[in-house]
Amino acid sequence: MRRALFCCPPALFPPFPHAMQTVCLIDYGAGNLHSARRGLERAAGVSGLRIVASAEPEAIRSADRLVLPGVGAFRSCMEGLRARPGAKEAIGEAVARGTPFLGICVGMQLLADRGLEHEETQGLGLIPGMVRELKVGSLRLPHMGWNDVASSRPSPLVPKNNDAYFVHSFCFDTEDESDVIATCAYGEQFAAAVQRENVAGAQFHPEKSGPYGMAFLANFLGWRP
Amino acid sequence: MTLKTRIIPCLDVKDGRVVKGVSFVGLRDAGDPVEAAARYAREGADEICFLDITASHEDRGTLLDTVTRTAEEALCPLTVGGGVRSAEDMLALLRAGADKVAINSAAVKRPEVLTEAALAAGSQCVVCAIDAKMVAEGRWEIFTHGGRKPTGIDAVEFAQLAEERGAGEILLTSMDQDGVQNGYDNELLRAVTNVVGIPVIASGGAGTLDHLSDAVTEGGASAVLAASIFHFGTYSVREAKEAMMERGIPVRKTW
Repeated sequence: MRRALFCCPPALFPPFPHAMQTVCLIDYGAGNLHSARRGLERAAGVSGLRIVASAEPEAIRSADRLVLPGVGAFRSCMEGLRARPGAKEAIGEAVARGTPFLGICVGMQLLADRGLEHEETQGLGLIPGMVRELKVGSLRLPHMGWNDVASSRPSPLVPKNNDAYFVHSFCFDTEDESDVIATCAYGEQFAAAVQRENVAGAQFHPEKSGPYGMAFLANFLGWRP
Repeated sequence: MTLKTRIIPCLDVKDGRVVKGVSFVGLRDAGDPVEAAARYAREGADEICFLDITASHEDRGTLLDTVTRTAEEALCPLTVGGGVRSAEDMLALLRAGADKVAINSAAVKRPEVLTEAALAAGSQCVVCAIDAKMVAEGRWEIFTHGGRKPTGIDAVEFAQLAEERGAGEILLTSMDQDGVQNGYDNELLRAVTNVVGIPVIASGGAGTLDHLSDAVTEGGASAVLAASIFHFGTYSVREAKEAMMERGIPVRKTW
């Protein structure tokens, strides 16, 4: 123990040539953090990962990557995020600086300008568009289960076409069609994944989507937008 | 692009152990729910369901721990039911790592609990579990307490009420067929799927692979839940999917 006092602090001399990257899993009371954490850890594999579950502005600003999970209604998720002092602003700053960002399910929907679930609610406005109910005709809602995801434009994030797990009744209508990187169809074609500059989102749950989801998360962790 | 019919192996868990016995080849311990769930997930299960049949409500800690460990192992959605009495109970399970929570007796006693649960976490994770027995031709009644206690409530009407109250899915078990392996009660399924707009999971009665397909084609089910046919190694999840594919039912191919 005494010797340790004279040693250099390990942080100054990391044992690996590249410092392990830190992902901030934004914890605002509206996501399945366990699964998202485990999914990211698995996707990182041997290269490892430091995951911080927090909504503290400092944790958000200092992370190498940001992940915003989300389940429930657009409005309650947005309220949950607003209730964390400084979180929304810190996300805005980090994104403006180029930090890679991934929203999952409602976390992706929050990227929109506004959501129409229950009553109109303002979103984060990071990708222009709005969130509205799926038009499914006589099909059942929620759209729940495994469905095909098809790449719609070349993207380093989207793996080879396969099934992913969806649970939602609303979808993200982007203003600019080129922000959609993958689509799915249920009654109508809708955005399964979106990306604009360093901001991305998945309507499906990559952390629940078996090997396809793992590939998607691994792509995100290696993504240099 | 098609939404696939889900196959959901169901594990009855008591005091953190699988009961009814699971006879997988190559498992160190067939009674460990985490290992069994991970095995099903690897085989291609589209979801896993845990029904907690622990007698005492005080012993929820064990279940929460099991749920957490399973959610970490199995890369597919996990539904947990049994003894959920309130939105708080549901939130505890969701925090532990469950994706959906099934509410049974509590919803029959007080349907508002479905609304409270949906408001707390969204309809997508609220499953209303209904245990029904046929009481007359074309009439099914809800029974609680493991099928022992009649309620006088019409199962089909209650399914509609559950949807109105905020359930995002219905897990419909035929108490007549449960454990008999004679096939699902497809008339009951059809009666319910005809009147609700949310997905319905067929449960109770799967004995052959054709039974799974029948629940979809005759009953209109969005998903099929089965215990015995998978536990005893009679069929694998993959065999079930292949059989459904042969009948023209879209399934998720994992091989």
